Order: sequence, then C-alpha cells, then structure tokens
Amino acid sequence: MYMIESGNVAAATGVQLARTQVIAAYPITPQTPLTEKLSEFVESGVLDAQYIPVESEHSAMAVCIAASTAGARAFTATSANGLLYMHEQLHWAVGARLPLVMCVANRGVGAPWTVWNDQQDSMSQRDVGWIQLYANDHQQIIDTTIKAFRLAQTVSIPVMVCYDGYLLSHTYMPFDKPDQEKVDAFLPPFTPRHFLDPEDPGNFNTVTLPDIRPGVDGTIEPGYMEIRHNLHQELREAIEVYQEIDREYQEQFGRGGTPLVEEYRCDDADYVAVCIGSLSYQFRDVIDLMREKGAKVGVMGIQMYRPFPDQAIVAALADRKGVIVFEKALSYGNQGPLYGDIKSALYSCEKKPALSNYILGLGGREIKTSQLIDALTEACAGQAAEDAPRWIGLKL
Amino acid sequence: MRKDIIEIRWHGRGGQGAITAAKIVANAAFVSGYKGVVMAPTFGTERRGAPVFTSLKISKQKIYDLSPITTPDMVVVLDHSLLEEVNVVDGLKDDGLVILNGPKPASEYSFAGARVAVADVTSCGVQAGLPPGIVNSGIIGAFSKATGLVELDLLVTAIKDEFVGKKPELNAKAAEITYENTFIGDI
Repeated sequence: MYMIESGNVAAATGVQLARTQVIAAYPITPQTPLTEKLSEFVESGVLDAQYIPVESEHSAMAVCIAASTAGARAFTATSANGLLYMHEQLHWAVGARLPLVMCVANRGVGAPWTVWNDQQDSMSQRDVGWIQLYANDHQQIIDTTIKAFRLAQTVSIPVMVCYDGYLLSHTYMPFDKPDQEKVDAFLPPFTPRHFLDPEDPGNFNTVTLPDIRPGVDGTIEPGYMEIRHNLHQELREAIEVYQEIDREYQEQFGRGGTPLVEEYRCDDADYVAVCIGSLSYQFRDVIDLMREKGAKVGVMGIQMYRPFPDQAIVAALADRKGVIVFEKALSYGNQGPLYGDIKSALYSCEKKPALSNYILGLGGREIKTSQLIDALTEACAGQAAEDAPRWIGLKL
Repeated sequence: MRKDIIEIRWHGRGGQGAITAAKIVANAAFVSGYKGVVMAPTFGTERRGAPVFTSLKISKQKIYDLSPITTPDMVVVLDHSLLEEVNVVDGLKDDGLVILNGPKPASEYSFAGARVAVADVTSCGVQAGLPPGIVNSGIIGAFSKATGLVELDLLVTAIKDEFVGKKPELNAKAAEITYENTFIGDI
C-alpha cells in the first residue's frame, strides 16, 4: 500500500510492522515526530508494545538494554547531542551483544546549537561497534528498518539506521508500506539464545579477567580480549549476512539489491563521487547533467558504513581515474572520516585513483546542484587531488 | 534543474495549514500519475502566525533532489496579507502563476508578468460552513481551477481522506465552492 508521509513516519511504520515490543525514547529535533507517531501507534493499539517515556537519551538506551536483555524486541531513536549522550550505553549494548535497533535522524552537533542536518552525530559513533546503515529515501528508511531488526537478531549486534534530518525526516514522499503478513514471515518472533529469565537465573557481563580461565564446569572461558575479538570477527561477517538478508528481502518484497553501496551511472565512469545519505540521490541530477556534456562521471552512495564494506568499495573504485568523497562530517584536525576509510581501502590497489575530499552541508548549509557540478568538474580536471579537505559553500 | 519537475511554492502563516494543503495536493497528484512527489516544509523553527513556506515538486518521474525550490513555476498564497511581508514571487519563472487568496478582483493584483488567479477563499470557506479563517482546503479548489494539473474530484477525495474526523464534507465543499469562484486575470 502506497502512502505519502514524512521519513519519520516511514521509520515509525517500519518499527510498527516489525512488531517491536518495547520502545523507550526521549524526543529531540528532528527525530521527535518519529517517537510521537510510535506513541500514537501504542496508544491506539496499532502496535502492541510498551512505550516507556524516559528523562534522557542515556536512560532510553538503558531501558532498551534492559528490555533486550530480557528477550524483548526493543527500539529507540535519537539525533545529535541525544546520540552523544547515549555514547557510554552504546558501547554497553554492543558489548552485551543485544539485537537492538535505533534510528538516527542525522543532525549537526552543538556547540553552537544547530537543529539542521549533517552527519557528524552518527559518524562520531562509528567505532563503538554498532552496525551503521544509511537510507537515501523513505522507501529505504522503511525497508532498512525492517531488515535491521532481522540483521540485529541474526548476528546479535545492534544496528543504527541513519537518515538525514529534515531532508528526509520532515520531507514527504511516496513509499510502499509492506504487507504485515509478509513482514511477519520475513521477521518472525525472536527468542535469543540467552536472556534474563527469573526461572533460570544467570550472570551477564560480569567482570572478565584479562586472561582465559576455567569456568565452574571446567570448560575454558574466554577473556575480555577473546570476547572483543569475536565481536570484531562477527561484525566483519555481518557484511555477508546483510547481503543474504537483503537478497531474501528482495525476493519477498521486490526491492533492495544494494545493501552495501548503491551505484549510479558508474559502469564506465572515470570519476566517481562518493557520499552517504540523500546527497547521493541529489547527485544523480548532477551526474545526468555532466554526462550530457560528455563527462564520464558516476556517483556511489555508501549504504553500510560499519562494518566497512571495503572489498565492495575496492571492487567499485579500484580502476577509476579519480574518486571524490563528499562528506557532511569531519574528523576534526584530520579529514573527512569516509575519505580516510576509502583511502585506506584503496591503499592496496596497484593503480590508485586520484583522491579528493570535500566537506559540505554542515549544520544544514544548503547544497546547491551548481556547487556540486563545480566541485566535481574541478576534481575531474585534477585540481583537487590533495589530502586537505576542500570546503563547499563556505562564506568567510 | 530537471525540466520535467513542476515546482510549486506554498506561502502561508504558521498554523494556517499550508503544509496540509501541499500534502493533499501531493497525494492527489500521485494518484493521478505523478510518481515523483516531494513536499518539503520550511526546515527549522516555525512560529504560529509567522510567514512560512513549503516546497512541492511533482513529476512523472522519481525526484531525487530534495533541496528547496528557488525558481518556482507557480506560487500559492494562502493569505493576501503576506504580500506586504514576503516577496512571494521571488525567483518565479517568467511565465509563472500566482494563486492567491484575496478579497479583490484579479485585475487589482499585479506581479510583473506573472499570471494571477484569485479567489476569496476565506469567504468561500464560510459559505461552505467552515469557521472563518479555514482556508487550506478551499485554496486547493483554486489550485485545481488555475493549474488544471490535478482533477478536482481527485483533490476532493484527498481532502476527505486528510480531514477524517475534522469536517471532511465541509472542507471538500469549500474546495468545490472556491473552484467555481476562482478568477484568472489577464497578463
């Protein structure tokens, strides 16, 4: 069934179709309409869940951790400083291997205060160990949210579904709402292998010694380092797992096929623009215009950022003349975070593409199509192949 | 930039329902075959009564560019008093169209080369039985008459769907009465 609604409502509808059992959230712009819609669903009985209002994002994540530890399908959502306030609990959720899903409506981080879009918030959480998926439009928001629950419970790692604040969260566009029965078949009720059960008491996440040791029954128990190693390994394996989940989703619902990266007119492109989120769709008009004038350009959107799908990225970018990374985030004092990741992935290539990095759209600064054309044209002419990021639209 | 995209900017006051009106048109346009529909409200911190605008882009093809409209094909103005505060024709294309809720005849309004369609939407709403000041359903009738982009019956259906529990029949009637009382001026 098609509906025309905001990106926040697309996310809420995905959470409802996933039959989420516990929601704990604290409102923050631009995520607020998502949590409002979920509370409406719970109040009206459309969604049979516990909605737990909390006094902070830290508590929201703590409640989700508790609910998930007890075996419930749990969800929260946030933006910007709210996400940063959760930071310590994010580490805990992934260390405890809980299959949580969280939506992040991407927003710039204060100070100074901004409510508008960039991606500094989720980018700054890239190393906590959560899986990070990015959606480019409302259809991808609802589909990715549903797939995220399946992925989280398959690999026992929490998943962040990120989408651009305002640009997607508050913009209305058509999308298909999948049938409940088909979602139920794709995402059946889930019982974790281990959960907190008064009938079967146990200790979870106790102090773990530096070295391995025999447990009470004599078997060797892993130390902290083994547990962390396994998290990393299984996070790497999640790349293949998510591709399989996406394939199944595509068979059932007819959509998907780009779980890791989404390419547009890249087949014969000499120069490829790379970015994350709705910007990669805005770029499509730029690519079409430049192609009309004979420039062999394409754009690639990153859909899975953590774990980093480096093999797919190398396969897509290795033989290009140039790769131009456009980012709404910055690793302050260094470069764009995605730029650094791509440079690292391409280091092993025999023939390395020329690389350049542009920073744009911070704190909601408007991104004009003409600016993207100018930047891409400049990069294609070899004028920006240097490590220092260039800024688009800066008014100094 | 894409020539297949029709760009419509909606001017209203915070709380007046410009977003709802644009959303209704978006729904009806989608049903009538415009597969690409993107409606983007003013991003940020709206206040009741302050001038706001909403961007609506429609196309037969999917729309990928979500940036705000800067060169609209048409502008819809829900409140003629905005003309004193906002340059509603800012960036309007040369053969652009202004659809205005105002009490005076079309010949009394002039927007440098733009076509003008005027309806006294406020009075039409009252005539339909709505409380004074409800204009976001009525203006849709003026939009249909002035642009011919979307058939009135599809818009009326979309109005009834949107206003479920909020006087759907009266809002639909307001659009129909306004449709009949929309006057298009000469250039």
